[in-house]
Amino acid sequence: MKITDLPIKELEKEDKREILSACLSRIKEVEPKLHAFVTTLTAEDVEGKGFFDSSFQEVAQNDKGGSAEDSPLQGIPVGIKDVICTRNLRTTASAKMLDNFVPPYDATVVKKLKDSGAIVVGKNNCDAWAHGSSTENSDYGVTPNPWDLARVSGGSSGGSAAAVAAGEVPYSIGTDTGGSIRQPASFCGVVGLKPTYGRVSRYGLIAMGSSLDCPGPITKTVEDAAIVLNVIAGEDPKDATTLKDDSGQARMTTDFTKDLNKGIEGLKIGVPKEYFGLGLFDEVGEVFKQSLLTLEKMGAEVIEISLPHTEYALAAYYIIMTAETSSNLGRYDGVKYGFSAKNSKDLIDSYFKTRDEGFGDEAKRRIMLGAYVLSSGYYDAYFMKAAKVRRLIHDDFIKAFEHVDVILTPTAPTPAFKIGEKADPVSMYLADVFTVPVSLAGLPAISVPAGFSTDKLPIGIQIIGGHFEEAKILNVAHQFEKATGNEEWRKYKPKV
Amino acid sequence: MVGKISKEEVEYLAKLARVGLTEKEITKYQKDLADILGYVEKLNEVDTDKVEPMAAGIEQRNEMREDKVEKIEGTPAELISEAPKHEDGFIKVKSVLE
Repeated sequence: MKITDLPIKELEKEDKREILSACLSRIKEVEPKLHAFVTTLTAEDVEGKGFFDSSFQEVAQNDKGGSAEDSPLQGIPVGIKDVICTRNLRTTASAKMLDNFVPPYDATVVKKLKDSGAIVVGKNNCDAWAHGSSTENSDYGVTPNPWDLARVSGGSSGGSAAAVAAGEVPYSIGTDTGGSIRQPASFCGVVGLKPTYGRVSRYGLIAMGSSLDCPGPITKTVEDAAIVLNVIAGEDPKDATTLKDDSGQARMTTDFTKDLNKGIEGLKIGVPKEYFGLGLFDEVGEVFKQSLLTLEKMGAEVIEISLPHTEYALAAYYIIMTAETSSNLGRYDGVKYGFSAKNSKDLIDSYFKTRDEGFGDEAKRRIMLGAYVLSSGYYDAYFMKAAKVRRLIHDDFIKAFEHVDVILTPTAPTPAFKIGEKADPVSMYLADVFTVPVSLAGLPAISVPAGFSTDKLPIGIQIIGGHFEEAKILNVAHQFEKATGNEEWRKYKPKV
Repeated sequence: MVGKISKEEVEYLAKLARVGLTEKEITKYQKDLADILGYVEKLNEVDTDKVEPMAAGIEQRNEMREDKVEKIEGTPAELISEAPKHEDGFIKVKSVLE
């Protein structure tokens, strides 16, 4: 097996410089076709720049006999979605507005990774401001799907998922607001974990919907997702939402790998009946049914459940998310950083021109919609209404978890769609119909590869857990991965 | 709720959000906003009379901490240098008052 095909777990034995050089060569080879990165680093960058020195010194130290704080991420390359700030490394959010933005600080996730010796080798492409479900909305061009270059990689973390699928990096960090880790993971045939809201710090994210945004890992295996979560999870005084859980307790982190090998006999899996009227593509339904059979054979019990407010989730999401987006994008005024329009006559005029020229179509649409639902006269009818429906959606899940351990759904209603296929905003929004309710409820969920369509496109399933039950969904996902490990489709490789 | 968005409403929103728009964009957003607002109208089917709004998927409470100055890696000079226009350690902007 090539070094670029190996998961993190198996890279431990490999020479760290060889891993890096294999990844950089692979990036060089496939980037002209894949465009999974906005910014990539060369070997010279990695060796020469101050922000990598520390990890290499630790690696060097390690070569001479190991260090006490040996992390499985030591010396392992990683791709970071370009909405996550990296000190001294350009961070654009795939938006022209931030084309020249070089953050003076690291996001907490990045800092934790670097402290573990991880080596950032580039910034992954995404939909501009993470607004989208296909990366077609990137101001730097689309990231096609490694399995079929005529199709999208999904989004918004499409570059992050494509880079892992194509072997450019062993893992990457994406962000998920309404499905942006899980849906591209499903489209690209990799594992994508959205942690519980507040499990991983949002400090240093270019914010979209602050009550929804979650950074998380995209990996080749479930075990790798647990390994990465071990490093990035935890309390952060810089993000107050990481501090306490529902009962006011500090959110304890745990070793997320510890339950991976537990059996799942007697596990109760809930399948929400409402999810099957939502435009599910036949082949996705077929893969989903097969997955349920597999889990049943392993001793799990499948129970039909009801999440009665499911059909209102997308509508509530598009109100809440755009309201938060319009507020978060208020800071881009051409004064403090990023793009600033030329030829404005005074300060107010420069705001209007900067924001007209700097924002693309989807960002403007979300800003306008957000401003509308928050404006006086409409606030109660839209924003408050959506916030109330959000509670009903949340309560549906909480009630369901009184009877089941995890909930299983397809990750997306279809496999990867064709580039240019979804032209109107509402049809693009529907790509997130299975992932959005989970985001509104702040729950953890993982997408794992579960099969392929007849034209060899990956299809994922989503395993949803109760708040802070990442260990449980990782356990189920890992057991599922093991049980399907010898199936024919596991041997498929992306064409790129 | 509304089924249609007037040109004036789009102009008003653009002004609130400080986004300059062309005539063409105004017409486009009239339609897009009306479409999306038409879609979200279905929330009216839900009875929420006795429901408390929820701000995040997990109940939030105020978190207090001491307001201490902390060192960060970046320097003030690095921060200022990100500004499109700056001089002598200050950010420069266009005139605010005539």
